Amino acid sequence: MLEISNLMATNRDFTLLVDLPPLEPAIYALIGPSGGGKSTLLALLAGFQKLSSGQILWSKRNISNDPPAKRPIAILFQENNLFPHLSVERNVALALTTQKNLSPQQKQTINNALDRVGLAKHAAKKPSALSGGQQSRAALARVLLQDKPILLLDEPFSALGPALKQDMLDLVSEIAAEKQTTVIMVTHDVLDAKRIAIKTIFMHTGFVEPPKETAALFSSPSELLSAYLGKT
Amino acid sequence: MAPRSIQITACIAVSAFVFLPIIFVWREATHSTSFGSPEWSALRFTIKQAFFSAFLSVILAVPLARALARTEFRGRNLVVMLLGAPFILPVIVAVLGLIAVFGQNGVLNGILMFLGLGKISIYGFQGVLLAHVFFNLPLATRMLLFGWQSLPNERIRLGQSLGFGAWPRFRFIEFPMLCKIAPSAFAIIFVICLSSFAVALTLGGGPKSTTIELAIYQAIRFDFDFAAAALLGLMQLTLSMTAALTALSFAQNDVMGLGLDRPFVAVSRCLGESMLDFVVILFFVGFLFLPLLLLLVQGASGIWDLPGSVWSAALRSILIALGATGICLVVALPLATRVGELVATLGIAVSPLVLGTGLFLIVRPYVNPFDIAVIVTLCVNALMSLPFVLRILRPEVETTQRNFANLSEALRLGPWAKLRWVLLPRLKRPIGFAAGLTAALSMGDLGVIALFGVAEKATLPLKLYQLMGSYRMDEAASAAILLLCISVGLFWIFEKWGQWYA
Repeated sequence: MLEISNLMATNRDFTLLVDLPPLEPAIYALIGPSGGGKSTLLALLAGFQKLSSGQILWSKRNISNDPPAKRPIAILFQENNLFPHLSVERNVALALTTQKNLSPQQKQTINNALDRVGLAKHAAKKPSALSGGQQSRAALARVLLQDKPILLLDEPFSALGPALKQDMLDLVSEIAAEKQTTVIMVTHDVLDAKRIAIKTIFMHTGFVEPPKETAALFSSPSELLSAYLGKT
Repeated sequence: MAPRSIQITACIAVSAFVFLPIIFVWREATHSTSFGSPEWSALRFTIKQAFFSAFLSVILAVPLARALARTEFRGRNLVVMLLGAPFILPVIVAVLGLIAVFGQNGVLNGILMFLGLGKISIYGFQGVLLAHVFFNLPLATRMLLFGWQSLPNERIRLGQSLGFGAWPRFRFIEFPMLCKIAPSAFAIIFVICLSSFAVALTLGGGPKSTTIELAIYQAIRFDFDFAAAALLGLMQLTLSMTAALTALSFAQNDVMGLGLDRPFVAVSRCLGESMLDFVVILFFVGFLFLPLLLLLVQGASGIWDLPGSVWSAALRSILIALGATGICLVVALPLATRVGELVATLGIAVSPLVLGTGLFLIVRPYVNPFDIAVIVTLCVNALMSLPFVLRILRPEVETTQRNFANLSEALRLGPWAKLRWVLLPRLKRPIGFAAGLTAALSMGDLGVIALFGVAEKATLPLKLYQLMGSYRMDEAASAAILLLCISVGLFWIFEKWGQWYA
């Protein structure tokens, strides 16, 4: 269970305040206007940015001061999720080791992960030889091997076409269900949220509303949410 | 821009000024009889010193750029800005500063003697390397620093997220970036060092450490052997052209995918790493500033006691610098096009000494070359700054053209009215900057003047060299401070002028 309580951070002239009820393992969409602090919240959770106050608990353990790699969290960015100079296999392998030589076991594990996302045949290729969708899959394979109970998605599929994006969302959804992962997904697209997120968190400039059932949230939006969505 | 006829005239004038001397050098070279061991040894030394200078500059720049990229401290921006300063620092001033630290009676030898260790010499191969690293390490550092800053933020965060330590971080994130940027930094510095003259003149010399440029000077000044000089000139021309073309093919524009512009996240470093970064920065800042600081201490008080001949040399240098700046700008404005920039870049591939040799050969039948030293220096200095000036001006000229072409057309502004009321006012800032660079470069130049100059018509850098040659080191130090002040002063005045009401 992920608990985010009284979390506060300041970025120059912008202060972010987040206090949420405990989050059970599920997929949560995080929506809201640009500059509202969505990416900042993910950076705080992942440990790239320091908290001013408040704390983040995972299974009752305070992880607020852990370095990024020690946190139970994997993250996918909007871009640059793969090292362009390394093969797909090596990129995925970084989740396990930075050593040059891979043991047969490790190779097998990597191969299984690649197989799971449908890239087993492309292990030796460089990311530039893959399509956008395949690159996303490769990054997802690495996330699989990182095997963290929390996954943060900072719009990693926003550059994909609608059909490819739906495929990726479904894949994420499957994996999350299998592994009981807590997923927090930043998105600008209501359809993304409706497709896989059970609950949606709406974030305005600097603070958040508690998560609501996605369907319910969009069928009777608050005034602020309607303003953001642009519906009457 | 200017009417077409003026553009074409400017192109032809610049090309003629570059190609006529080359033709004369070529013709004279055919009279040469021998291509002997001194020529081979000059060629070997030129390539050897350029290779090691470039190699050392880039290798040493790696830890400095890395430390600067990761450390935030007060004055960081100042340090980064000052890394650009060697561009306008007169070579001979830096050489004197280096002698104050590493020379026979320098600080370092003082310490070594105190410790009972032997003395080191700043002359010869190691001295040339030292001076070249002093000048080019900052350039390499700026290029690599740019590489570090263009690393995508996500990639650094991904590394953090995967728990990379120092070694994987270097291997997977920093090393691939270096592989792209370091070769072009190496190539550029290699080309610069190939035509090194002033450093070789002051710290090199002798059969074992003479560059081709220096050999040209010696052939003309000591042996009056123009055929030999011309042959060396052709050699230099071939070498620098080949190297420049190779360097161009090295040049990488690819900036590895840009990161989203998020606030920079300091790389988490352990205490040891932070300390190491700090020590690295301190060491290199010391290396770059100590020579000038010592020179200041040594020379500042003696400025007012400098003999009249130094002051008249200073005045002559200022006039040359102003003249070169004027000519350079007048030629640069009509040349601020793609073709113009190409033509001007030709000039930089031809070294000043080769150009000087050609000019010497052209005028020799008609006038005593030594009588026209000032005007030749002025023109060559203008030509040498032209590529840099065009680099600065061309984008601005093109933007102004694009933005105001229709309005000027509608108002029926003729070419001169457009120049007076649109172009010059809009371009004031870049013109000020370009003028400052040209003036400072010309002020500190010790190239073609050494070929033509005579004692009673010396420029300040040449006068400085003569003082050094006669071991009047205190006067030389004072004259160096004077030269430094004037160079920086000219740059500063022009730059401020450009910003005034702009």
